[in-house]
Amino acid sequence: MQIESPNILLIVVAAVVMVLYVFTNSAVLVWVERKVSAHIQRRPGPFEVGPFGLLQTAIDGLKLMAKQLIIPGKADKRLFMLAPVLSFVPPIAALLTVPFGKVVQVQNLDIGILFILSLAALNVLAILIAGWASANKYSLFGAVRSVAQNIAYEIPLLLSLLTAVLWMGTLNLGELVDAQGGFWFVFTPFGFVAFLIYFVTGMAETNRAPFDLPEAESELTAGFHTEYSGMGFGLFFLGEYTNMILVSAIATSLFLGGYNLPFVTLNGEGVLWELIRVLIFLAKAYFLIFVMIWMRWTFPRVRFDQLLNLCWKVLIPFSLVNLAAAAIWIKAVGG
Amino acid sequence: MIQKPDPTQETLVLNMGPQHPSTHGVLRVVLHCDGEYVLDAEPVIGYGHRMHELIGEVRDHRGFYANVGRMDYGGALSFGHGHILAVERMLPDLEVPERAEYLRVITTELNRVASHLLWFGAFLLDLGAFTPILYSFDDREAILDLLEHVTGARLTFSYMRVGGVCADVDKDWCDGVLAFVKRMRDRIPMYHKLVSGNIIFRKRVEDVGLITRDMALKYGCTGPVIRGSGIPYDVRRSEPYSIYPELDFDIPTSERCDCMGRYDVRWAEIEQSLRIIEQAIAKLPEGPVMAEKVPKVIKAKGEVYQAVEAARGSLGYYIACDGSTSPYRMKIRVPSYSNLSILKELTRGILLSDLVAVMGSFDLVIPEIDR
Repeated sequence: MQIESPNILLIVVAAVVMVLYVFTNSAVLVWVERKVSAHIQRRPGPFEVGPFGLLQTAIDGLKLMAKQLIIPGKADKRLFMLAPVLSFVPPIAALLTVPFGKVVQVQNLDIGILFILSLAALNVLAILIAGWASANKYSLFGAVRSVAQNIAYEIPLLLSLLTAVLWMGTLNLGELVDAQGGFWFVFTPFGFVAFLIYFVTGMAETNRAPFDLPEAESELTAGFHTEYSGMGFGLFFLGEYTNMILVSAIATSLFLGGYNLPFVTLNGEGVLWELIRVLIFLAKAYFLIFVMIWMRWTFPRVRFDQLLNLCWKVLIPFSLVNLAAAAIWIKAVGG
Repeated sequence: MIQKPDPTQETLVLNMGPQHPSTHGVLRVVLHCDGEYVLDAEPVIGYGHRMHELIGEVRDHRGFYANVGRMDYGGALSFGHGHILAVERMLPDLEVPERAEYLRVITTELNRVASHLLWFGAFLLDLGAFTPILYSFDDREAILDLLEHVTGARLTFSYMRVGGVCADVDKDWCDGVLAFVKRMRDRIPMYHKLVSGNIIFRKRVEDVGLITRDMALKYGCTGPVIRGSGIPYDVRRSEPYSIYPELDFDIPTSERCDCMGRYDVRWAEIEQSLRIIEQAIAKLPEGPVMAEKVPKVIKAKGEVYQAVEAARGSLGYYIACDGSTSPYRMKIRVPSYSNLSILKELTRGILLSDLVAVMGSFDLVIPEIDR
């Protein structure tokens, strides 16, 4: 294998583009979430600022930036400031390897999926630091919950992704998409089970209802970000929405055939074909996000021990059996 | 007595409230936690104390009436009903027109449905579901519009007067109420579909906060809390007042004893209230809504105790008078106070999330407890 020297300029430009994308994505997603939840709840949602209230999130962001960042007296200042950054930067870095199209991918790593997972795992560190540094009991409860549930849901999450990796025989995200082509992994029984497990644990990964236990508003006021104000809170918020897109992007690449249509592989050359591929990829990812929003505004929150029970007693055994079955199938029939 | 934290014990003292989303107002609960487990929960009340009983002893009977609706913002009309009935009992010559009594019951039952809808939304909010409250507020809004039309208020109603009610209703209003009853009946299956059958919801409330019959009796629980433990105690039937003996309705109970039992009871009560409203509208007699001769100054002697069934349970007014224009002693027995007192025993050793569910299932109204 030949080691290429990474193109520094490309990465810098791409990182800036990615940060811009993340900000726009969050702004739009907040708007979408508010609109979708409003329609679920029979209200109009934001409509005053800009057409259809589109500028509402921009104004809200401005408000957050203008707000004073209050640091509690007994808080550990450095850690307190570090936590929001730590929850916001890794998902952006992880997005650099996501194959939005054949060409539109900043860096195609051979260990792409591993890279993403290791960065995604930093999220729990951010929550732990935030909960610890706030010097607030509710924050601490949130941090403890986050760590405990992290161990529980990351294992089935990894096992379900491992099934996909085993089936296609690569960790490279671009190759994973190409290996599926038109025949998405989710069409196979193993892929289907793995996808369901991945999606449930992915919801837990993003800390969203019904698994939003670290912030469980009605129990822990706001959990780990109780003490955060202004942009400190804003960065956690951005991190959450970036995580959502990351989780859906992984699901799209590994289970839903990436930028390919069902049973149709898009191999055309040129800008137009690439644009179509990117749009297809984003459509799938945003559809998954829509499902997440839909679930959040429909279900009550699960109890802490129920999530642990679900993960340890149901999801882990199922994903293990699924992985073993997939392995046997590959050995016996050939993948 | 609040326990002092013991530094030798590895437990955490968590101060839940008085500003906490799930304490429904200014209730403070001091928790001793071992991790997520609650070892001891001590409710601390009094943050919303407004001396209502003392004000009742200073003002005359009519002057105090405006205060009672402020105690229970969820079901102000039942609180008013109890007070007015108590005052009227001190005036044996007063004859309250039948129409007025029917109107009192119709508005009170509408208010009960509104109160239960408010509880339903808040309970689900406690369990982390945000959407149901907006659905239930949609229906509650319809009730408030109806009540606003006749009482002029939307929350702290002062509709009743000694000797009757302050405003009469017309046929359009009655039709509006019947239309609402029909609409609400159509909506109930939707609520059950959205919430009652949801697996996450059922896992959160089933076998959580078990109140045995003995416990419920020992602590003097009333309302849906005691009926959720299988005891069919309802003041409307056990100490009949107003026109309730003439109406046909059931006392729903549940043998489950848990949060789900209390949830089921409240939904069944909404259906029974709709039945009562329908019957009362059908039977609504013609005539005046105020008694002809109401004494301008109420000077009474002796003591009365009048209990009514408020949305949260048995509500009692004890008024002792010494012949002057204001009561010598006013004591108000509120349901939430007794219902809350069970919290300490009930929540020993349960999870923090369950504590929130249990408190939600009590339907606490803090101003009513603090008075």
